[in-house]
Amino acid sequence: MGKKINAALIGSGNIGTDLMVKALRSTDINPVWMVGIDPASDGLAKARDRGLKTTDQGVDGLLPHLLEDDIRIAFDATSAYVHHENARKLREAGVVVIDLTPAAIGPFCVPPVNLAEHAGRREMNVNMVTCGGQATIPMVAAVSRVQPVDYAEIVATVSSRSAGPGTRKNIDEFTRTTARGIEIVGGTKRGKAIIILNPAEPPLIMRDTVHCLTATEPDQTRIIESVHRMITEVQRYVPGYSLKNGPLFDGNRVSIYLEVEGLGDYLPKYAGNLDIMTAAALRTAEMLAPEIAAGHYTEGAAR
Amino acid sequence: MSQPKITLHDMCLRDGMHPKRHQISVEQMKTIARGLDEAGVPLIEVTHGDGLGGESVNYGFPLHSDEEYLRAVIGTVKRAKVSALLLPGIGTVEHLRMAKDLGVATIRVATHCTEADVSEQHISLARKLEMDTVGFLMMAHMLDPEKLLEQALLMESYGANCIYCTDSAGYMLPADVSARITLLRERLRPETELGFHGHHNLAMGIANSIAAVECGANRIDGSAAGLGAGAGNTPLEVFNAVCDRMEITTGVDVMKLADVAEDLVTPIMDMPIRIDRDSLVLGYAGVYSSFLLFAKRAAAKYGVSSADILVEMGRMKTVGGQEDMIEDVALNMARAKRA
Repeated sequence: MGKKINAALIGSGNIGTDLMVKALRSTDINPVWMVGIDPASDGLAKARDRGLKTTDQGVDGLLPHLLEDDIRIAFDATSAYVHHENARKLREAGVVVIDLTPAAIGPFCVPPVNLAEHAGRREMNVNMVTCGGQATIPMVAAVSRVQPVDYAEIVATVSSRSAGPGTRKNIDEFTRTTARGIEIVGGTKRGKAIIILNPAEPPLIMRDTVHCLTATEPDQTRIIESVHRMITEVQRYVPGYSLKNGPLFDGNRVSIYLEVEGLGDYLPKYAGNLDIMTAAALRTAEMLAPEIAAGHYTEGAAR
Repeated sequence: MSQPKITLHDMCLRDGMHPKRHQISVEQMKTIARGLDEAGVPLIEVTHGDGLGGESVNYGFPLHSDEEYLRAVIGTVKRAKVSALLLPGIGTVEHLRMAKDLGVATIRVATHCTEADVSEQHISLARKLEMDTVGFLMMAHMLDPEKLLEQALLMESYGANCIYCTDSAGYMLPADVSARITLLRERLRPETELGFHGHHNLAMGIANSIAAVECGANRIDGSAAGLGAGAGNTPLEVFNAVCDRMEITTGVDVMKLADVAEDLVTPIMDMPIRIDRDSLVLGYAGVYSSFLLFAKRAAAKYGVSSADILVEMGRMKTVGGQEDMIEDVALNMARAKRA
């Protein structure tokens, strides 16, 4: 086992806090800092409890400590708006950023589909699309690797409790970024994303429906095999990812009905949308860690 | 007290898209819009049934784009204004700007009744664009009046100049409407308008709309011949006649609107809009009205009962937009039946 890479978590909301809990279990990543903007935030309190250094001054509170704490990687779970500024400052400091906001400055990363492609490229900023994107793009890719998909559409339904203020303030970013991720990583000509917030109590487990319209008659046997293989891939880092119904074939339509149950690290298990984001981000960081440790990421400030 | 003056808002070219599976033609829209305009209906809603950007596998692909429909209707009406619906999570601010550029006067930003904070982006932009901006709180029966008020206050704070209590499931009874509208009237700004949108699943469309007016609502949605999701919307020509009898001023000609309903809207129906067993279940169990045809189709396809599907959708506490769960539920039922 190599040396752990020191990391900062930016954003002390649902995503950042869940990510912290997962990162603390990692054999490759060592979370050192948690950055927030609200001194009263639950996430910052939890981070202090777990021995992390914290600041409520945003990324500017972190910058002076990057060198002394040897922070090589940062996870940004703030908002698309804030990320633009954070990304610039961290890039100047030579820190690799895993972006969990829908800002999508860097290339999209959906681990079971294209993580391997990212490994050798030494990008300073990779984007995790959205929770709905992480949950559904593997399925679009599972169909498009069998045959061309003209159009793919996803419907992500999450419990109201698991949708934080960042998502709510800019829900268009979700639909826009997810649709683009479906096209670029999922491999379809045209993508569309719909998000539904459901306030039911007890909260519902994240549901995702994927509809693909194939260019020619779907090859049912191969699509079924490909979808099941991809589900196994996702389950490696999100064990609660499961196929509820489908693949269902109706003409050229292929429909896949998914449920995403989380590990219950920060929010309870219904918030699979958090888990699939944070687990994917951590997996990405772990993949990049050996190269970062080897000093291959030298862009920006000299270390 | 002087008799109120209210604004009638016709839904047959938007909510009416649901029972038409979004297949109303541009020519049909123009003919109906012209009739509504000539009858004096001041506001006509036009879009896909699920609002701007609703075209999808999930909700159905329309015969024409929102842009084509809006352009055609706006170019046809002389006095009436045109409104468009937008559900955040489905439609985006790009759709909103497109609607504004085409000449849409009123934008209605619709969220589930507990999720008003997802509308901030869209309501604030619409207000900035100086549009008549409506916050549309759907499935309002699921929230008690105090909690509904909190959500309404959010929408008002983002810039909505009108707030709707929307009975998407056709579940409410007149006392439910009175309780909600009364509290909203007491606590929202006096200049904020109030509206009510009914579905006729329990035949309460007109009684509920009257209750709303009596408690201070001044915008009432209805649909000529009732063409709308579930058992339809409040039949607008009937409501208009009742208003006339009650000396509530609408400015809409009773007989001309009745002609539109009878001669223009009824002939385009694919099936009678009536309270059949499934629509009754919608109203009785408090289920989103647009689920109706999806449940009927899934039931026929998988050999299960459409009423059972709708009851299950209600038990699952589904909200507007979760049409994808209907096929999922039907598949589960068919599997259970085989086992």
